Amino acid sequence: METVMLVVVGILVMVATYLILSRQVLKVILGTAILSHAAHVLILTLGGLKKGNVPLIDDSDGPYTDALPQALILTAIVISFAVTAFVLVLAFRTYRMNGTDDFEALRGNIDD
Amino acid sequence: MFISLAIALPFIIAALIPLIYKHIRQWHLGWFVLAVPVALFMFFIRFIQPVATGKVFTSTYAWIPSFNINFVTYLDGLSLIFVLLITGVGSLVTLYSIFYLSEKESLHHFYCYLLLFMGAMLGVVLSDNLMVLYAFWELTSVSSFLLIAFWHHRKASRAGARKAMVITVLGGISMLAGFLMLAQMADSFSVREIAAMTLTNEALFIPAMLCILLGAFTKSAQFPFHIWLPDAMEAPTPVSAYLHSATMVKAGIYLVARLSPVFGGSAVWFWVITVIGLITLFWGSFNAVRQTDLKALLAYSTVSQLGLIMSLFGVGSMAYYFGYADEHLIYTQATFAALFHLINHSTFKGALFMMVGIVDHEVGTRDIRRLGGLMAMMPVTFTIAMAGSLSMAGLPPFNGFLSKEMFFSAMLTIKNVDVFALSSIGILLPVIAWVASVFTFIYSVILVTKTFFGKFKPERLDKRPHEAPFGMLISPLILSLSMLLIFFFPNVLAQYILSPAMRSMYHEAPIEKIVPHITPWHFNTELMMTVGVILIGLLLYKYLPKWRRVYQIFTRERSFNALYDASIQKAEQWSDHVTMRYMTGNLTHYFMYIYVCFVTLVSGYFIIAGTFSYDATINAPIANYEWIMVFVIIFAAFYILFAKQRMTAVLLNSVIGYVIAFLFVVFRAPDLALTQLVVESITTVLFLVCFRYLPDLQAGKKRSKRARKWHGLIAIATGATVTMIGLAVLNYDKFAPISSYFDDALNLAGGANIVNTILGDFRAFDTMLEVVVLFIAGLGVYTLTKLKPKKGAAKDENQ
Repeated sequence: METVMLVVVGILVMVATYLILSRQVLKVILGTAILSHAAHVLILTLGGLKKGNVPLIDDSDGPYTDALPQALILTAIVISFAVTAFVLVLAFRTYRMNGTDDFEALRGNIDD
Repeated sequence: MFISLAIALPFIIAALIPLIYKHIRQWHLGWFVLAVPVALFMFFIRFIQPVATGKVFTSTYAWIPSFNINFVTYLDGLSLIFVLLITGVGSLVTLYSIFYLSEKESLHHFYCYLLLFMGAMLGVVLSDNLMVLYAFWELTSVSSFLLIAFWHHRKASRAGARKAMVITVLGGISMLAGFLMLAQMADSFSVREIAAMTLTNEALFIPAMLCILLGAFTKSAQFPFHIWLPDAMEAPTPVSAYLHSATMVKAGIYLVARLSPVFGGSAVWFWVITVIGLITLFWGSFNAVRQTDLKALLAYSTVSQLGLIMSLFGVGSMAYYFGYADEHLIYTQATFAALFHLINHSTFKGALFMMVGIVDHEVGTRDIRRLGGLMAMMPVTFTIAMAGSLSMAGLPPFNGFLSKEMFFSAMLTIKNVDVFALSSIGILLPVIAWVASVFTFIYSVILVTKTFFGKFKPERLDKRPHEAPFGMLISPLILSLSMLLIFFFPNVLAQYILSPAMRSMYHEAPIEKIVPHITPWHFNTELMMTVGVILIGLLLYKYLPKWRRVYQIFTRERSFNALYDASIQKAEQWSDHVTMRYMTGNLTHYFMYIYVCFVTLVSGYFIIAGTFSYDATINAPIANYEWIMVFVIIFAAFYILFAKQRMTAVLLNSVIGYVIAFLFVVFRAPDLALTQLVVESITTVLFLVCFRYLPDLQAGKKRSKRARKWHGLIAIATGATVTMIGLAVLNYDKFAPISSYFDDALNLAGGANIVNTILGDFRAFDTMLEVVVLFIAGLGVYTLTKLKPKKGAAKDENQ
């Protein structure tokens, strides 16, 4: 299972990278969203999959599955949401101000 | 201990100046600052007596002990000469600056830099540790830069400051390399310890020597690095008198003197220093004659005098080769003359700079084509100029005469030596020395006659000239008086100041033999040479207009200045060119750098170190429905790449998110699943809302085929690298997991949900900061959506 999930992570990273390298702001944002999915799965996989019970002490007996990666990912999900939201609005604003979402056009040039 | 404090004092006061200068507006800030060098001078005067009896003073303050770099101060005879010059001339210059700089100037900057320099310079001459010495050395360059650029609204000031900085720091870096080689050979950073060793046979001996000499030569304005010194004359005159004639430019000479016991006795050391010194001596004096600006004339004169002192140290290094038998003691006399002339030069050059500053201040120009006939109007200034010039030209009854004669005798002695291939060309040394002295005589005459004799030309002057205020005259008068006193009582100076310095340069020599008795009145070959200098000098001065044409050969296009300008210009162009190549302003390119670096560094390391290992045995089994989820994610991910509609792409992203949420359920992470579901829903909505306003995916221009190919390659490599890292880490078992600690959450934190206790209790502080991040992001979103740009802002952005 771990090996398969790591291959999935690799594919997600690949897709995200390809999107991030594109010229459109929108695709870049989608790329970062997918990249954070990949990061979450990666952290969880490296902690070991299905090695124990749900980390709820009331509901199940030990050994519990590793809770630390889960706590980290929970934080990461929320932060990546905040970043995605911010970048989305930034893109929206950039488009409204400049009339383009093409990085090639947005970079401007020195003579301006 | 107190010596370290003495170094620290100027720095402390410099730090205080910005705080206090507002509160002492009714006083010139200089009066307050003057106390520092005067106090330090008084402090160091007390060391003359014990140092003269052979004592040395050290103190140690641990700085970076693990690297053997400590703040070790070391006060011996050689340091004491420089310390007294720094604080003594420093006091006089500060006093002079009070009258020279009006209160309208930004005095707090000026005195801050000046104190900074003073502390740094004291640090240079008192440090025993090479690294500490280097740090102070560079600090003197920095403070010199700031002082040259003090009138930074002038283009020439900025250019001069930059030139000084570039050249001296270039030498400084080379010197650092030399120091490191030296420390490598000796396994010590202590100058004292290194001086006691024999390193002649080490492989790095010559490279270290040349690197260090490059540092010393750039700092002391030796040919061909002398070009920065005339340009540094853009600084206020007190700075020129202090840094660029009396102290800082002698740091290189100090270094040569200090390291003579290490390198002295080798042929390379002797030849490089002597020849460069003599070339500098000649070139400086030759060029001083053609100058029309009084300060430029003095600058070239300083270059020339520094070359003189340098060449004397070169000759003096012979003593290390021959040892201290009676018949060879003559070589130590060159070193003695160098130290003597070092002091004399500070006195007469300091006085002359101050004199020129007075003329500039009271008459309004330093151009000798506009000056003339000022003797009657400025009698005191004229007296100072007379004394300084006579001393500079090497005439009695002034101290310059004595050291100049000793310089001649050193050069006459060395021509008879037949080691280091000297016998063939040795005769050239006294000849060059004599010719340079003729030019020295000529420019000394020019300095006095063009300014004070001749016809007074009021129509060419902006101001009506008159004598300077008394305060301004005090300092140069004190210096002129000391010139006379040294001439009449040279042996007092020799006994108390010069002989301890000789002792620190020649540890093993019998001290009573290497300190000569100076006789002001004498008759010998040297005196005949001086008489010759005067006669030929006067003759050449008379016919100067006839042979002035010689200088037309040396145009600016053929000078080292042109070389410097061209290299600076080329370097700027080249750096511009290179920077523009990669700083394209295109986000995609920057991303590519990051990805390519990531891939090459990580996979490169895996390949080189061969650390990659993979073991599939610990893998958990996979159920059928899990296969389905995995394939859905992979399918959705690939399909995004080919999505034509933005809606499709967003929804596919959501599909990935939701399937991952389900995987979280499978992987025993209910909290993650819940959070992921909520966040994914909100994100999707957000995307859709924004899409109303953003253009469609197809609206933008597609990447070129070539770009797509490269991006695809980078993407595949990045994905593969991440998978590889994951697979390699999977079996990592060097450290035991710490997670079992949290299994006791019920007792430790009173919560049954372990993940929640980690977030809310064990790592609560992190969670709080995470909330702060959310809050800031929310503020950003709000600001971006609500705030309207001010009128005209759009126009600004397009500028």
